[in-house]
Amino acid sequence: MKCRELAEFLLDYVSGELPEENRSHFELHLSRCRNCREYLVQYEGCVKAGRIACGEMSDELPADVPEDLVKAVLAARKLDPSS
Amino acid sequence: MGSAIPVDDEAGLITQLRAGDESAYEHVVRTYGGRLLAVTRRILGSDEDARDVVQDAFLNAFRSVNRFEGNSKLSTWLHRIAVNAALMKLRTRKRKPEQSIEALLPAFLDDGHHEERFQSWDEPVDQAMERAETRQLVRAQIDALPESYRTVLVLRDIEGLDTEETAKMLGLTVNATKIRLHRARQALRSLLAPHLAGAGPGKAVS
Repeated sequence: MKCRELAEFLLDYVSGELPEENRSHFELHLSRCRNCREYLVQYEGCVKAGRIACGEMSDELPADVPEDLVKAVLAARKLDPSS
Repeated sequence: MGSAIPVDDEAGLITQLRAGDESAYEHVVRTYGGRLLAVTRRILGSDEDARDVVQDAFLNAFRSVNRFEGNSKLSTWLHRIAVNAALMKLRTRKRKPEQSIEALLPAFLDDGHHEERFQSWDEPVDQAMERAETRQLVRAQIDALPESYRTVLVLRDIEGLDTEETAKMLGLTVNATKIRLHRARQALRSLLAPHLAGAGPGKAVS
C-alpha cells in the first residue's frame, strides 16, 4: 500500500469500517511510514477539534438566547392558527 | 425570566407544551435556542438567515409537538427540525459559485508518496483546544470550508448524525456523503495545520 491509498482509506479506518484485509495492509504501511502516522494523528485531531470547538459545550454559545428571538417566537406562536 | 422546569424532566415539559403552557414554550426557546442558532449559522454562514430558520423551526416544532413520540430526546428532535429548515433554506438561497476544494487536499508524487512532509503539531489536540483562541480558530476554519463540504462536516462530525441519515438529509448517496466528509476533514486539516505546527498560538516565536 502506498501513502496515496492509505489516505483514501482513512475515513473507513478511523470509523472502524475498513475490511480486515485492507486493514492489515493499512497498518503495515502505517508502521513503516512516519509521515502517514502524522497525517492520521492530524486527521483524527481535526474531527476532535471540530467537536470541541462547535459542540454542545462550546464557548461560542450565547449565555442568553437573544431576547428579540424569544419574543418573536412566542408572539408568532400565538398568532399561529395551527398550533 | 425563564421558568423553573428542570431540563431533565422532558416528559413533564412535553405535557406542558401539549397543554399550551406559555412558560413551557418560553423555556424551550431559552434552553435550546442558542445551540440551534449556532448550528444553523454554521450551515448557512449568516446570522440573519439562522435567526429566521430557528424561528420557523420552533414554530414548526410547537405545531407538531403532538407528534413528538419521545423516542429521541427533545433536543435531538429540535435539532433535526432546525437542521432540515437550514438545509431547505440553503437550497432555495441563491447559490454562490463554490470554490474548489482541490488545493486543500493532500498532493502525491508519482510514486504514491505524499508531496508534503507533515510537521507534528506542537501539542496534543485536547491541550490546544483548551485555549479559547484555538477554539475560535477552528470555528473560523470550518466556516471557511466550501459550503457543500462544510455542511457534511457539520452534520456528521458536529451534530453527530450517522452517514445514512446525513446522506438522506442532503439527498446524496452514502458513498458520495463519505467522500465529501473525507475531503472536508482533509481540507480542515490543511487549513489548521499551519496554525498548530511550528508557531501555533501561545508559542514564543523568535
